[in-house]
Amino acid sequence: MKLVCPAGNYPSLVAAVDNGADDVYTGIRDETNARNFAGLNFDEKSIRDGIRYAHTHGRRVLLALNTYPQPATTAKWLRAVDFAADIGIDAIIVADVGLMEYAATRHPQLKLHLSVQGSATNHEAINFVHRNFGISRAVLPRVLSVQQIAQVIAQTPVEIEAFGFGSLSIMVEGRCALSSYATGESPNTHGGCSPAKSVRWEQKANSLDSRLGAVLIDRFGQDERPGYPTLCRGRFKVNNDIYYAFEEPTSLNTLELLPKLAGLGVRAIKIEGRQRSPAYVALVTKVWRDAIDACSRDPGQYTVGAHWQAALARVAEGHQCTLGAYHRQWK
Amino acid sequence: MPDITRPRLTLGPLLYYWPRDRVHEFYEQAADSPVDTVHLGEAVCGKRHEVRFEDWLAIGRKLADSGKEVVLSTCELIESEADLRVMRRVTGNGLFMVEANDLGAVNLLAGKGDFVAGPYLNMYSRLSMDFYRRQGAVRWVAPIELGAVGIGEILRDYAEEIETEVFAYGRIPLAISARCFTARYNNESKDECGFRCIEHADGMLLSTQDDQPFLTLNGLQTQSAQVHNLADSIEQLRALGIDRLRISPQSAGTFDVIRLFDEVAAGALAGDEALKRMQQWAPYGHCNGYWHGRPGLEMH
Repeated sequence: MKLVCPAGNYPSLVAAVDNGADDVYTGIRDETNARNFAGLNFDEKSIRDGIRYAHTHGRRVLLALNTYPQPATTAKWLRAVDFAADIGIDAIIVADVGLMEYAATRHPQLKLHLSVQGSATNHEAINFVHRNFGISRAVLPRVLSVQQIAQVIAQTPVEIEAFGFGSLSIMVEGRCALSSYATGESPNTHGGCSPAKSVRWEQKANSLDSRLGAVLIDRFGQDERPGYPTLCRGRFKVNNDIYYAFEEPTSLNTLELLPKLAGLGVRAIKIEGRQRSPAYVALVTKVWRDAIDACSRDPGQYTVGAHWQAALARVAEGHQCTLGAYHRQWK
Repeated sequence: MPDITRPRLTLGPLLYYWPRDRVHEFYEQAADSPVDTVHLGEAVCGKRHEVRFEDWLAIGRKLADSGKEVVLSTCELIESEADLRVMRRVTGNGLFMVEANDLGAVNLLAGKGDFVAGPYLNMYSRLSMDFYRRQGAVRWVAPIELGAVGIGEILRDYAEEIETEVFAYGRIPLAISARCFTARYNNESKDECGFRCIEHADGMLLSTQDDQPFLTLNGLQTQSAQVHNLADSIEQLRALGIDRLRISPQSAGTFDVIRLFDEVAAGALAGDEALKRMQQWAPYGHCNGYWHGRPGLEMH
């Protein structure tokens, strides 16, 4: 089982390699990837340096080109594919069929991974892009239960990557326009959800309000710890109930499912968080490296280390973790 | 040159869970309405069962007899083996064209004749739209986030044969999840949801804490609270070469809305006048921001 870790910059990439990542996934500084945040991501020099560092240590570097090419600027995505092939990226992570077709035609040697943003929630979908573009790995949306993952694996020749840890999407990735409804920008169109430039904080007499564009996302009392106003983590009103209508601020953590996922044939575990710090990448990579090693040595004797869980809880959103959709009750 | 024939009207798939009798009655009205095409099938949640696959086929036959083009839409989220079984029955129905709303559906349809590339296939550029055309798509439905400028860019100087459809009326399907938000509101698990979504003919309103209507909970789907309405942009739609306007079923006024759209498309009624008359069916207002390249909830 491969460990796939995030890097938003060169120091994070080094941290991932040094702590045991097999694959490090990256993005370049524009809207071609789903973490298009100010100050984040790689320029040409840092990605070349990153590839050199990873390859020296026998690891791979992946490039996320996982947003949807936009009508007037499609060429930017095509150039990014050419660039990836040119600098020796080991695989690109793609969501759009048009972009996959371009890559498969122009750069047949360049490996393709189907991004989670490609919304492939069943084996027919994965087999379609395999048949047409020869993808070598597919990342499953974070909405499938363990049983459903098993059914996918049984019916596809493509390597399956599943999310292990990090921020949890409540909606099917690639199928959510909530952010653009409020702000005009979404992961599909601009590579970001609930963009920072649309965030406003308003201090009121008894509360701190967070807004995205004109929309009130949450209202924090004086004893509460304010969180970033990601739209689906807000508290809203339905009838007279005010509650987390979609999901609480929490992180996905599947450490306890590791032997099960390995047994099902999941071939890679993905850690979310290209927007997080090198310290986060180092800590999470180390915990998961240890866990995967323990699990491969003896899955029957595998137990989740208390220090692993404590370390992950420190960096989890809202300091809480969930098994998410892997556990059917979540739905 | 842009095609100046009037755009045709499509009745999109029913997105809510209505009692069986109500569904039958709705499609009897559809047969007498000025829509060219009617989409049928459960498009949101595979657990819903008031109207089953065979019932949809029977409704489709009646509509076809009354001169409508019938299209079966596949479900937006296909994750379980049961979902896949239903999807295979839809794609292999042998009678009606199918709208693919998932790559898996495309896998079963590609190269086997005509299909509709649905709005959830994320065709944001000519690159992907043209790919689906070569797989057999004779019509594509633009994703809601693509506005006039984006669609114009995709269609400019495009010489291949394919029809373009735009979501023109209704609460916007904004997101889909494996989690049921109606069940979550009721503190019920998805497996034992009790099908409470049948109590909400237009979904449940979600407001912000300062009481601004914002979204609609419809089981696995989240929609806008505001009703998207392009009635006053029909001239622009026509000029861009849009062939079809999708009207999404709502519990009230759908067929009045269709008649108003038809009058505007025929040049018999001004778009802004039609919009005014439709206010009564938009309790939380209209929106059209996406069309203008703005946040979707805005009205311009």
